[in-house]
Amino acid sequence: MRSTWRTLDAELLRDVAAVAAGAAVSGASFGAISTGAGLPWWLPVVMSLLVFAGGSQFMAVGVVAAGGSPAAAVLAGLLLNVRHLPFGLAVGDVLGKGLVQRLVGSHLLIDETTAFALAQSDPRKAKAAYWSCGVALFLAWNVAVVAGALVGRNIGDPAAFGLDAAFPAALLALLLPALKDRATRHAALLGAAIALATTPLLPAGVPVLVALGGLLVTARQGEKA
Amino acid sequence: MTLAAVLVLAAGTYAFRLAGPLLRDRLTLSERVKLLMSTSATVLLFALVATSSLTKGQGFAGLALPLGVLVGGVAAWRKAPFVVVVVLAAATTAGLRFVGVP
Repeated sequence: MRSTWRTLDAELLRDVAAVAAGAAVSGASFGAISTGAGLPWWLPVVMSLLVFAGGSQFMAVGVVAAGGSPAAAVLAGLLLNVRHLPFGLAVGDVLGKGLVQRLVGSHLLIDETTAFALAQSDPRKAKAAYWSCGVALFLAWNVAVVAGALVGRNIGDPAAFGLDAAFPAALLALLLPALKDRATRHAALLGAAIALATTPLLPAGVPVLVALGGLLVTARQGEKA
Repeated sequence: MTLAAVLVLAAGTYAFRLAGPLLRDRLTLSERVKLLMSTSATVLLFALVATSSLTKGQGFAGLALPLGVLVGGVAAWRKAPFVVVVVLAAATTAGLRFVGVP
């Protein structure tokens, strides 16, 4: 592990810090929204430590706040998190070889760590990027959720600061190197079109999964090659 | 939301996360399949970028959000530092909302 940390460079740490700062603001608003919806302060905290997937947490609390059952909230949250399975298939190698690294590293498998790992061409740098991003986001997210849950409603609306644009812009920047490849770009564009077209029709989380239909493009190009 | 619901969501989510790395250990994947796996992750993440910039719930997110992401994307494409990309995107969206763009 020591060699993993040594491959960290200042630029990577700065990038990770930027994403962690965004996650902290989002975490604080999650804590505040949860207690605002009537949950005891410790429940969003336990949820953030154990689930550690912001989108599904907002979704689950939102479903209950809107009058849905806990079972419906769990189902909606799980549907959003299915994408972690293909993420793990893609970047599972960068976690490390040991069982503990596998077990702990899997908990840090999120959109951001996947994107950071994919953005590195060198496997050792990918491992350093994955772990530093994962640990930083885990700490930032959970500390912020505690703060938000305790402070409650007084936190301003993060949308007013444009923070909902920070997450997709950061992901997009991390994906640009991979999108230089023509086949990947075509698959991603078709996938995004499918996801957008199906968003009004399908439950949240499913449109992103059916975006995998975009892979048909690369499959066909692979046959031609 | 109950503690039991949180535990079920956490266990299910962890199972999804652990399945990928464990399956990779069991299977010997050809280079072509490995490439397909990383392409699928890129496709999923890009779809996430598209839906989280353009949609809110099941409707259109309004103009301020996608325009902010677009400005950030152009900055990234022009090789701006990552931090600048993120701040530009947020600042653009915040500025547009401040002047009344939905």
